[in-house]
Amino acid sequence: VTDPLHGQLARVVRDHAGQLAAALMRITGDFATAEDLVQDAVLAALERWPVDGIPDRPDAWLFTVARRRALDVLRRENTYRRKLAQLQWPVQPEPEDRLRLIFTCCHPALAQPAQIALTLRVVCGLTTAQIARAFLVPEATIGQRITRAKRKITDAAIPYRIPDPDELGTRLTQVLAVIYLLLNEGYLSTTGQAESRNLVDDAEWLARLLHELMPTEPEVAGLLALIRLHRARADGRFTPDGALILLPDQDRSRWDEAAIADAVALLIRAARQRRPGPYQLQAAIVACHAEAKRWEDTDWEQIVVLYDMLLHLAPSPVTRLHRAIALRHTDGPKAALAEVDHLADALDHYHLLHATRADLLRELGDPELARAAAERALQLTTNPAEQAVLRERITA
Amino acid sequence: MKYVMLFIETDEFASTLRGMGPEERERAFAKVGEWFAANAAKIRGGNKLRAPETATTVRLDQGEPVIVDGPFIEGKEVVSGYTEIEVDNLDEALRMAKTWPGCPVVEIRPVEP
Repeated sequence: VTDPLHGQLARVVRDHAGQLAAALMRITGDFATAEDLVQDAVLAALERWPVDGIPDRPDAWLFTVARRRALDVLRRENTYRRKLAQLQWPVQPEPEDRLRLIFTCCHPALAQPAQIALTLRVVCGLTTAQIARAFLVPEATIGQRITRAKRKITDAAIPYRIPDPDELGTRLTQVLAVIYLLLNEGYLSTTGQAESRNLVDDAEWLARLLHELMPTEPEVAGLLALIRLHRARADGRFTPDGALILLPDQDRSRWDEAAIADAVALLIRAARQRRPGPYQLQAAIVACHAEAKRWEDTDWEQIVVLYDMLLHLAPSPVTRLHRAIALRHTDGPKAALAEVDHLADALDHYHLLHATRADLLRELGDPELARAAAERALQLTTNPAEQAVLRERITA
Repeated sequence: MKYVMLFIETDEFASTLRGMGPEERERAFAKVGEWFAANAAKIRGGNKLRAPETATTVRLDQGEPVIVDGPFIEGKEVVSGYTEIEVDNLDEALRMAKTWPGCPVVEIRPVEP
């Protein structure tokens, strides 16, 4: 399987799997059954399409396979069989359908790793094997996670519905957290392995879908803008052989200027609603970097202000660390180091704390302590691209 | 769909309750009473339990039955009561649990049909 075909297959499957799941869910009323049928159809597609070519009507193809399988599985369930037999494809898609699906997959009664696996499988049409590869977790682990989650949905009667207005805010935050985790997970991985799924692509797809379904939610738009701003600069982040290039050293002509402008426009539209939130603020911070023509042009004052707003809404030591990094450019390395040292206890196990300390200490003329901090950072990171950067620093 | 809500007390909660004056305690109990009244249509039964010190546990997996003083798990969090409810789905049960004015932890378990 060549890589472009692989990617195309994944995209076609993704565009239709969720809709199929929603349609089957409507017929069977049973999440686990609907999900199994979709997964079967997806696996069949991934087996047949590379050989036979992608069909003209992939949605109809998937549906036919799922229906055949359903008639088989539900042999004894006459009501389902009748409904299935009457069903014509395409089913009139209801926009609410996929929202229901997303909110069920991201139900807070499921553990977050299960929410992630379920969303990828049900909404994005990934196979268990693809999810396992993307997260570097054994396939059996993901399989078990999904089985257990589906059993809980059925046994504990987790409803298939869009939350009531008074719960929608909290529940939406949980859905966005799942998408954000996919972005983070995918962000640092290099594009090296042809077989491995680009989770950032799935994150963008999910955020776009959610934005279409909930166009008036500014945080959804904010997260979509954030993802797009990252992707617009993805080409500049790695050398051809996969080594990480740090922001000051990136060739900004390789950034996608049009995509950056679009994402910024999306963010501005969202901000007009005057309902700021953590994703809009993070996107605004990334936009400050993306819009600077040169590293020297970065508007650090603005970035520090945005971090202050972000900390006000969502206090976290990691955000404070990032603010300290920006502070280095407005108030100097001494002030930044004082901030970083405040966080030493809370973030002792976070490699970026030590990597930042190393940079600041070197700048302040303490190479010994700087080296020790860089070595500590190296011990704590597992990402090969980040390890390479740190190793270079230590030997420099 | 039937669920059992297990009400779980913590040491901290128990000592707060002990530290309350009679009127304050009265008010706390009244709130719990209001919750049961407001949800009466969904409640199918249940009981407050006596303190865990009154519990006796019998273990049947060690050959002969073994009788032990105390709850089956010694811990800072103990079941202090339960109620059975009947609602459409987990979201409704969660909605009820979120407004529970008593002890600080509530476990929701579906009842086997």
